Amino acid sequence: MSQSNKLEEDSYHNPRVAWEGCSVLLDINDGDRLVFARLTAGSTLTIGNKKYPLQPLIGCPFGSWFQVENGKEGQYLSRVLPTSEGDNVVEKGDCRIKDESKDNRALVDNNTAQSLSGEDIDSMRRQGATGDEIVQALIANSATFEKKTSFSQEKYRLKKQKKYAPKVLLRRPFTRSICETYFKKYPARIGFLRVDTLSLLLSMGNVGAHSDVLVVDMVGGILTGAVAERLGGTGYVCNTYLGLTPYPVDIVRMFNFSSETCRRIVRCSLTDLCCSQNGTCVPVSQSGEPRNIESQSQEEKSSMCSVSMDESAISSESGMLDLVAETSTSPVTKASKTPKPGEKASQEAISFWKENGFSSLIIAAPDVDAWSIVKELLPFLSFSAPFAIYHQYIQPLATCMHNLQLGKMAVGLQISEPWLREYQVLPSRTHPHMQMSAFGGYILSGTKIRIEDQLQPK
Amino acid sequence: MLPVDPAQKLSFKRCIADGDLVIVYERHDTMKAVKVCENSVLQNRFGVFKHSDWIGRPFGSKVLSNKGGFVYLLAPTPELWTLVLSHRTQILYIADISFVIMYLEVVPGCLVLESGTGSGSLTTSLARAVAPTGHVYTFDFHEQRAVSAREDFERTGLNDLVTVGVRDIQGDGFPDDFFGKVDSVFLDLPQPWLAIPSAGKMLKQDGILCSFSPCIEQVQRSCETLRANFTDIRTFEVLLRPYEVKEGKMESCQADESGSTGSLPRKRRQRSSEEGSNGREISNSPTTVMARPSPEAKGHTGYLTFARLRCLS
Repeated sequence: MSQSNKLEEDSYHNPRVAWEGCSVLLDINDGDRLVFARLTAGSTLTIGNKKYPLQPLIGCPFGSWFQVENGKEGQYLSRVLPTSEGDNVVEKGDCRIKDESKDNRALVDNNTAQSLSGEDIDSMRRQGATGDEIVQALIANSATFEKKTSFSQEKYRLKKQKKYAPKVLLRRPFTRSICETYFKKYPARIGFLRVDTLSLLLSMGNVGAHSDVLVVDMVGGILTGAVAERLGGTGYVCNTYLGLTPYPVDIVRMFNFSSETCRRIVRCSLTDLCCSQNGTCVPVSQSGEPRNIESQSQEEKSSMCSVSMDESAISSESGMLDLVAETSTSPVTKASKTPKPGEKASQEAISFWKENGFSSLIIAAPDVDAWSIVKELLPFLSFSAPFAIYHQYIQPLATCMHNLQLGKMAVGLQISEPWLREYQVLPSRTHPHMQMSAFGGYILSGTKIRIEDQLQPK
Repeated sequence: MLPVDPAQKLSFKRCIADGDLVIVYERHDTMKAVKVCENSVLQNRFGVFKHSDWIGRPFGSKVLSNKGGFVYLLAPTPELWTLVLSHRTQILYIADISFVIMYLEVVPGCLVLESGTGSGSLTTSLARAVAPTGHVYTFDFHEQRAVSAREDFERTGLNDLVTVGVRDIQGDGFPDDFFGKVDSVFLDLPQPWLAIPSAGKMLKQDGILCSFSPCIEQVQRSCETLRANFTDIRTFEVLLRPYEVKEGKMESCQADESGSTGSLPRKRRQRSSEEGSNGREISNSPTTVMARPSPEAKGHTGYLTFARLRCLS
């Protein structure tokens, strides 16, 4: 019943409990900061100006909350268990203000409302006060707290809690959370691929167990990872690329893939794919572009490699965003036992695909012309196989669709634009979020058909 | 429909056989699911198609009728199935379906509960997502609907992955056998708040629930109930805007030799009759491929509310 027993033959892990060496997503203060980390004995997480070992997270179920507590050897992350139903700090916002009579007419912003000074707080800390106690003290010493509406009282409490009693949520890195995290923090690295758009690519590409999916992933590996997650250690995801250098797929290591799944992630250059079995190559029309793309991807790659350095710099500046935790060892070298995802496809596999065709094609290549790449890849697709192409601009997709129509190469062609809006749902305060992503890109989808010359349309 | 048996996998060599389910494609909005039967025929506005002509051809082939009309024969996928299935209820479409599966974190091996079954549109995609080792248990309180759904899953070959039960989930909750074993739950019920406590008991810790409701009042009540045992409660609306693409010629607004802009109508006439044989700026005016949103699209399907079961141990 559980996915673990069949898929993870190498070593048994309950996929719902964090194990040593696994990749995790840490959500600090309700999405204020999102950090990918690998749980090793030595890895740490920096909150404010303090480093906390991640050791206490090992063995805890995903979805657990942690808070900073005072111990004999200083402060450490300790798991918080909600004591009874509904009594969770996050959910304290459930205050009803059906007939609220308070308002902000008496509020004067002169910075004198709080009588506790920074020094007072420091000395409380030295005496071993917990974060929650400091928040309580701040509320008790606020001259304006009682005059606030219950809604803004809650806002105040949350603001102080984030600062003095930060909460860490242990999350499972899944396509959903990984895509959302990148989209929020570094959208350019995943080609601005929004989570609903990605979900549509997977559906339109009919990705499921035992499929052999041909992908062009120039979005950092989020597409490759998402496809591999749906394959569950069956079928293949074959990542193809122009030129000599494969596109970086570093995001794949954020997933906790089993070695079987990693084996199913392979790469194959377009040139290798186009080579016929006896070794002669079918020329690939690239109109002098591969060079640019190649150097561009190398550039991208080098920027990906220096990710952890870049981001710790960013995080120390803004104190807000970092995607890689301050682990002592690099996540790549740590995962030495499992086969590396993205190995070169075997000659047998390539021959098999040439003979039988791939079962679907998904392209997310912001820098390659859609039609020129579809033209090259469509012949490798089985008849009746679906395809889905993502692009941020509509024109290349419109041209591609038009050419596919003219060539009668596909049916069910459709360009669509996903739209996603989140709502705040609270008693008497339900409305769409004030901020939304106004654009999730475009998708061209369709089904390849068999071209028969002898058959004339009527 | 799903290549659970790798021999059934789509391939250049995989040909239509007697007994296969095919999607007969006329146009993007006219499709039909047909079970291939050696002696049977398909009759539509294009003429009579003999099934025996289809057997032995690869999926994706174009086939002709007695009058020379043609259709394409496509291999069924959950996406195509959603477009051809018989509507016994309102169904979920691709935008909601894709988002639900992604947000419920359904992957191979998962155990998923669904209620109601309805016409089985989402169920088909859930089955693809849990295959080959997982399972979808779907419940509907409508006996006849459950029977029809079972027949459909038989037809699409999903019966090993899907079990249809007849049960009033709002009134009786999910069966106790699933207690604490379930990865994800999907609710499409008129009063989802009645089923949420039971769904919470079935889920594993940190397991995810989704409730689909067309009305915001339903969402409001569901969220109030969810706050007792769930966390990370989020409500979304997801839509797809379709685009139309066409190739067109457009007159450019350059002043020509005569400097007259008033000659526009005459030029247009010239082009259509003489294919731009005179007038340089006319023959050079290239055709453009243009895209615009389709004037009509779905404006609302329903709100999707997701929540995670809180970790208590």
